[in-house]
Amino acid sequence: MDSETSKAATPGLPQTTRAGAVTRVASDLKESTEHRPERHALIKSEAAGVQLNLGELWRYRELLYFLTLRDIKVRYKQTLMGVAWVIIQPLTTVLIFTLVFNRFVRLDTGLLPYPLFALSGLLLWLFFANAVTNSTHSLVSNANLITKVYFPRMFIPAASVGAGLVDLSVAFLLLIALCFYYGVALTLQILLLPVFVLMMALLALGVGLLAAAVTVKYRDLRHALPFIIQLWMFASPVIYPTSIVPPRWKWLVIINPVAGIIEGFRAAITGRPFAWVHISVSLVITLVVLAAAVYVFRRFEDTFADVV
Amino acid sequence: MFSGALKTLSLTLFELAHMNTAIKINQVSKRYRIGGLHPGYMTFREMLGGVVTAPFRKLKSGNGAQTLWALSDINLEIGQGELLGIIGHNGAGKSTLLKILSRVTKPTTGEVKLFGRVGSLLEVGTGFHPDLTGRENIFLSGAILGMRRAEIERKFDEIVAFSELEKFIETSVKWYSSGMYVRLAFSVAAHLEPEILMMDEVLAVGDAAFQQKCLNKMHEIRQQGRTILFVSHDMAAITRLCKRVVLLEKGRVTSDGEPRNVVKYYLSSSLKTGASREWSNPLDAPGDEVVRLRSVRVRDEAGQTIPVVDIRKPLGIELTYEVLDEGHALVPVIEFFNEDGTEIFSTHDTSAEWRRQARPCATYTSTVWIPGNLLAEGSLVGHVSIMSHFPATVLHAHERNAVAFQVVDSPAGDSARGDYIGPMPGVIRPLLQWSTEINEPEELRPKSNVQSPTSASDS
Repeated sequence: MDSETSKAATPGLPQTTRAGAVTRVASDLKESTEHRPERHALIKSEAAGVQLNLGELWRYRELLYFLTLRDIKVRYKQTLMGVAWVIIQPLTTVLIFTLVFNRFVRLDTGLLPYPLFALSGLLLWLFFANAVTNSTHSLVSNANLITKVYFPRMFIPAASVGAGLVDLSVAFLLLIALCFYYGVALTLQILLLPVFVLMMALLALGVGLLAAAVTVKYRDLRHALPFIIQLWMFASPVIYPTSIVPPRWKWLVIINPVAGIIEGFRAAITGRPFAWVHISVSLVITLVVLAAAVYVFRRFEDTFADVV
Repeated sequence: MFSGALKTLSLTLFELAHMNTAIKINQVSKRYRIGGLHPGYMTFREMLGGVVTAPFRKLKSGNGAQTLWALSDINLEIGQGELLGIIGHNGAGKSTLLKILSRVTKPTTGEVKLFGRVGSLLEVGTGFHPDLTGRENIFLSGAILGMRRAEIERKFDEIVAFSELEKFIETSVKWYSSGMYVRLAFSVAAHLEPEILMMDEVLAVGDAAFQQKCLNKMHEIRQQGRTILFVSHDMAAITRLCKRVVLLEKGRVTSDGEPRNVVKYYLSSSLKTGASREWSNPLDAPGDEVVRLRSVRVRDEAGQTIPVVDIRKPLGIELTYEVLDEGHALVPVIEFFNEDGTEIFSTHDTSAEWRRQARPCATYTSTVWIPGNLLAEGSLVGHVSIMSHFPATVLHAHERNAVAFQVVDSPAGDSARGDYIGPMPGVIRPLLQWSTEINEPEELRPKSNVQSPTSASDS
């Protein structure tokens, strides 16, 4: 029996005799992965560097749909009012701000009645704030998934943003109703509305990805985030018009992509002219943030399962 | 254009060389940082503090106190259609290996080549959300495990039928019993149809009937030529299912090969029970107010305690026990189990000397002799009992796994295996009498007179 044990102790693998040929062509595996993406995979070590691997995201696209669907379905399960919360949240916020800025302090919002002005900003802002908050927490709250199965982790925060988009479209009905109430005529410019929603979604995704990736390792952000979000709102023309910002702070509005997007969104609803320069700056900043976020996320992604 | 053709050629060569390989693991190691300066996650403040101590940290981590090599230098090649079992103690690196192979985490060094779609089941119900219904979870979990939506739709009815949960498919899974939950989860996983399937202890749950169903499904998957990696603590299942087993110890492959040998090696290195046992304190010795066991040991004819027994030699199991209450006719009993948990036999003391005799208070030593050339090789454990049958059967003392020993076969050629050196199945290995005679030449002669076609053509 001793001889059998010692036999078993040496790995009894059939060694490839054509080892030379194997190593010579092994470097071509990368190409072969590209040819037949589903069949072969090469797992490299942590040291191997960042691969963006966007094709993989496309292959897994259906998973994004299912994760978004899950986030939507789960959110209002076991609540009394269900989806009504999508309306209640912006409605109460608008009521509070209308009370403060329209009754106590009079803010000049031009031709727009203040409730409509505030709601158009708040809808988009609440979408952004909720999407960022939810995606920041998303990786940690999905730790059980991350440690058990492989898929592009980027889809977890992305699904939080996606679910927010669905909420936004429901809440949008409130805005339409208010437009009719105040007799604001919609123009063809409203067709550009989805562009600003998309821009806001991309920005939320960028900020969300960054925050999520950092939160996996440093949980501090979870505590700091509510303050940052609140500060960001007051720094953006959500509940006040850009016109009241003193000239020496104007640059802050310009570099804040949220400002350009919200202004554009408002202009699309009310039919007033677009501030194209400001919007373009916001777009560029949004894309830069997103690209940086995707890169950082991919870089940290490999260690998520070990530290989450 | 020429280089393109060359590339195609080398690709083909590469694929040829790996035609039968499903997984190739090359010098894979995985390091975890644990405790101290590197907890699982740290706060920003700690990171800021870390900046100050950073120059010193390198010195500290140099002694390796904060790092743990969960895997070190793993090299394995797993063929297509192989059912590989992975065994080892908790913390030996089994799960880490599966996590690397299923791409949940990356190796610190080394690389892995996977040839085929991988499905991993590292837990039961991956991706299940308690608030969603069975139907919704089938789609969600299926998608997370890597199935296409169309694929799930196509197999949906089959999955539901396999789980036997038709009535509850529109119910939130949080209302499911744990058995129902497991059934649904495994049904989804079983229909994954990956070329390489990795499973971590998922069979440890569910009722017996469903477990059988799962095992059948595994067989079916295997029959389709798919590769299965299977981590388990169930040695019987491992030996029954796998053709090859890898033993991991402290992150290294210490044994690789034929399941029986690897399992045997693992058990012998991890067996807590030894060849002798003593209970020095009579109060916690096994027994009751009538009799208490004091010691058990495996001995040879010379009286030596022996943990390893030659298959050809008789072995004695010696029990010492103290009778505390006189007047009972006591019968020592030993049951023998092999490493699969199969009971080989049990033996009761039927010797005339003390049979049906009331025993006075004293300390007794009883020995039973098992002849040589009876037991099969392998690890055996003995459960020891002492009972009495009058007026009714009473079990006075019972100690499971009281004693353990290894039976080893001999290559000398005089044991039951003769000159054969391969694995010999069977729970016992008696050396039996064979007889062979040369048939009478007279009986053969009439037949040899008839000309056979071969001999005719030869001449």
